Amino acid sequence: MYVAVKGGEAAIEAAHAWLAAARRGDPSVPELGLAQIEQQLALAVDRVMAEGSCHDRGLAALAIKQARGDLIEAAFLLRAYRTTLPRFTPAEPLDTGRMRVLRRISATYKDLPGGQVLGPTFDYTHRLLDFALAAEGAPPPPPAPEAESGVGPMPRVSEILAAEGLMRREPAGEEAPPPDLTREPLRFPAPRPLRLQALARGDEGFLLGLGYSTQRGYGNAHPFVAELRLGEVEVVLCPPELGFPISIGEVTVTECQMVNQFAGAGEAPPQFTRGYGLALGHSERKAMAMALVDRALMARELGEEVLAPAQDEEFVLLHADNVEATGFVEHLKLPHHVDFQSELEKLRSIRARVEAERAAPRAEAAE
Amino acid sequence: MRDPVRSPEGAGAPGAEHRRREPEGRDPHYNFAYLDEATKRMIRRAILKAIAIPGHQIPFGAREMPLPYGWGTGGIQVTASILGPSDVLKVIDQGADDTTNAVSIRRFFARTAGVATTTRTAEATVIQTRHRIPERPLREDQILVFQVPMPEPLFRLEPRLAETRRLHALADYSLAQVKLYEDIAQQGESASSYNHPVLVNGRYLMSPSPIPGFDNPKLDRNPALLLFGAGREKKIYAVPPYTPVKSLDFDDHPFAPMRAPHPCALCGSTTHYLDEIVTDDRGGRMFVCSDTDACAEAAGRAGAAR
Repeated sequence: MYVAVKGGEAAIEAAHAWLAAARRGDPSVPELGLAQIEQQLALAVDRVMAEGSCHDRGLAALAIKQARGDLIEAAFLLRAYRTTLPRFTPAEPLDTGRMRVLRRISATYKDLPGGQVLGPTFDYTHRLLDFALAAEGAPPPPPAPEAESGVGPMPRVSEILAAEGLMRREPAGEEAPPPDLTREPLRFPAPRPLRLQALARGDEGFLLGLGYSTQRGYGNAHPFVAELRLGEVEVVLCPPELGFPISIGEVTVTECQMVNQFAGAGEAPPQFTRGYGLALGHSERKAMAMALVDRALMARELGEEVLAPAQDEEFVLLHADNVEATGFVEHLKLPHHVDFQSELEKLRSIRARVEAERAAPRAEAAE
Repeated sequence: MRDPVRSPEGAGAPGAEHRRREPEGRDPHYNFAYLDEATKRMIRRAILKAIAIPGHQIPFGAREMPLPYGWGTGGIQVTASILGPSDVLKVIDQGADDTTNAVSIRRFFARTAGVATTTRTAEATVIQTRHRIPERPLREDQILVFQVPMPEPLFRLEPRLAETRRLHALADYSLAQVKLYEDIAQQGESASSYNHPVLVNGRYLMSPSPIPGFDNPKLDRNPALLLFGAGREKKIYAVPPYTPVKSLDFDDHPFAPMRAPHPCALCGSTTHYLDEIVTDDRGGRMFVCSDTDACAEAAGRAGAAR
């Protein structure tokens, strides 16, 4: 019955009630706790924090629970909450050189100061389903062995190359407060800080596909992972009332620096350039894909020809946000019958005209 | 008799409950109309700028809203910024007050702003709409807020915003004119049935939002202020009262609004825009007004005449 399509308040109420029941699932199965999500689905929490642009593990876990595990829906919930929060002041730049490192690898050197630290990685696991995990109630695994000496200072690989003059120096940042994508609309051409902000909250899958395309000839990339590091960094604020910096806590971030060859142009000699990726939490795939896309988007500044999708900043930045994308794709579910009606009338009118034209010559021939 | 195509909370029989204030009042956990005052001020500045340059798209720092992009976040932010406690709000989607999304947005403002809501066009001070302009002529003391999916009228012809901004600056709308010419040359008439671009005040080409071409003439010299909000695309634009708005056309092929050639099955109107309702699987059709309030009014008049 058409009344059902027009919905109305009763239908919405009933749908919400059904959703709540579906969210809970079979009541004989114990309810999922936020601590369980936060601890045992930690990488889902990290992804939601990254794409939700909000560092709060507890809220991200709540969003995942409320969204029934739909991580884009969870990121949306977190963003909608985030938008209501006051914004104090930009933090000082994170000093990832002073990161308390949990993992740090470089693919460009066999060994380097500070060493290679594998950390908690899937990289060298065999992807065999572990049926022992299916049996619940097993005792927790024994603590992992720790290095005796701890890890020493870990200079950034990009600095090692830069000291030799092989790495392109980044132009000094402007003193003005950095642009804020959440307060001002994107503008094109977009400066790099704005691009990096958009990529940092961009959809992991979209950036993964774009980054991958640069490796397959769409963007002429020859990337190396100079360094990938995961760990805790201090967040430092300089409140205007105080006038000096204070530490307000630590966040876990994943940082990736990709090295790419650059042929040189004009005054610039041949050298390495870097693509940069940073993601909240433990999100290596995201940070790496971001670094590839960041480098591809530098084409304009480096005077490279823009030929591939990943080099096209309007294409990349305007389609990377999954909350925007999912909204616009899914809004097609909303009623469109007024527009469709005008399409119907238009099609009927055009067809009537075509049929009349087809009939006319035949009438002439018959005469 | 229970109306077969209207749910109870739509504009039903004359004299039905059509205006109300949510009994629980405004939700005290949120600022009036959800957005904080600084954000509303920023949006009002964008609106003022938009009014000063009719049809020109003003970028604004659209916020993430608790409704998804594509559901009307631009319109909602514009409405939130202009709403005052004494306003009376009407929300329509596809012309109807009882469509799901209209119900949801009306509830959102009833909850966060506590304003009175109505389904009657004549009573509303602010009307938020998706895809229609009400049939009843609007007045100077009314504001119509459109939800806009794609504010750029040239986007199918030139997707790059940096380029379309240049084309607007030069008032170079040859792309749109050539498209229209090709449509007419190939099929005898314009191919666009809704969202047909308009020239505002003889200067800016503007997307009227996906309203049917039938509604385009209502934009011209409308006494009400027309505001357009695009949340995902972060643009606001406006047509001030009594501004000339012309649908893109050629002198020898004037713009021709279309309407299904039937009377409304409920009120008998031969002038309102109609929804086509499929009544069975043997080709049965019924045509009823898309504007539920105009339909109820006309049905009331017809009833009184009898």
